[in-house]
Amino acid sequence: MARIIVVTSGKGGVGKTTTSASISTGLAKRGHKTVVIDFDVGLRNLDLIMNCERRVVYDFVNVIQGEASLNQALIRDKRVDTLYILPASQTREKEALTKEGVEKVINELSETFDYIVCDSPAGIEHGALMALYYADEAVVVTNPEVSSVRDSDRILGILQSKSRRAEMGQDPVKEHLLLTRYNPDRVEKGEMLSVGDVEEILAIPLLGVIPESQVVLNASNQGLPVILEAESDAGQAYDDAVGRLLGEDREHRFMTAQKKGFFSRMFKGG
Amino acid sequence: MSFLDYFKGKKTSTASVAKERLQIIVAHERGQRDQPDYLPKLQQELLEVIRKYVQISDDMVQVEVDRNESCSVLELNVTLPER
Repeated sequence: MARIIVVTSGKGGVGKTTTSASISTGLAKRGHKTVVIDFDVGLRNLDLIMNCERRVVYDFVNVIQGEASLNQALIRDKRVDTLYILPASQTREKEALTKEGVEKVINELSETFDYIVCDSPAGIEHGALMALYYADEAVVVTNPEVSSVRDSDRILGILQSKSRRAEMGQDPVKEHLLLTRYNPDRVEKGEMLSVGDVEEILAIPLLGVIPESQVVLNASNQGLPVILEAESDAGQAYDDAVGRLLGEDREHRFMTAQKKGFFSRMFKGG
Repeated sequence: MSFLDYFKGKKTSTASVAKERLQIIVAHERGQRDQPDYLPKLQQELLEVIRKYVQISDDMVQVEVDRNESCSVLELNVTLPER
């Protein structure tokens, strides 16, 4: 039985696909057979972030509709050999993801994979609901910013009422907060919500804090999951988050501003 | 914070404004989340019935469900216009 993890947020542009790519890569790097599924039908981008956009032949919807087998649609990652990508369809209607169809594919994947990571589209429409429906765990990606925090709370409500676990009266979906684009300098200046603020409002356990970093854009430019930038702060923060997801005890890092010298502190301005 | 701010004393930071606003809106929305689906329709129909007799505006009828351990209470608040 695979563990099914949805990466979700409600709000767009907060780092769901970046996170899906890094978490799935991190799990696979540790030897777990992992598949990451793009649920964003019509706006697929996971393939681009994972650098396999030119290798897409069949997609998720083709498999659901019986036009291709899973093995034909799965793309094996070139860097980590226990990692597979199931791309979204770029041309179909979102409604092509039926509950039964998604269940069939997830069940089949469950037989051979250890982890199934579902990259949710933004919003709370059909695609997002399908991505979270079968989840055992949810990584709620949040930016320290009012609209993102509010939308995360909304998606938590949906996880608690509309997921399969909620509908079947099973144990609830295990929720994890992943705070991304965190800027400790601005937090220190009182310009950005702190980790503690967001934890207090959303009241779910913290999986990790990913610092705002230029490395993230540089990595996505090249189709490289940022976790593979092992020297970078963002890459290491993702690696810590994967460790915690697997039950390791990792101290939180990159949450405080870099110490500035006396002069830069006094004359920094504004 | 700039050099002068050390002497002027801290202004309220925008982050603390954000936190306060979020706490209020999130608490409000969580309250609504636990309400049964039929409440908005119930509220609409109640409005229509009351309007047969008294002219009131939409916000003058408030319907809420309070859940206690043993029972739920449907709380209905109707404000009538001044005569």
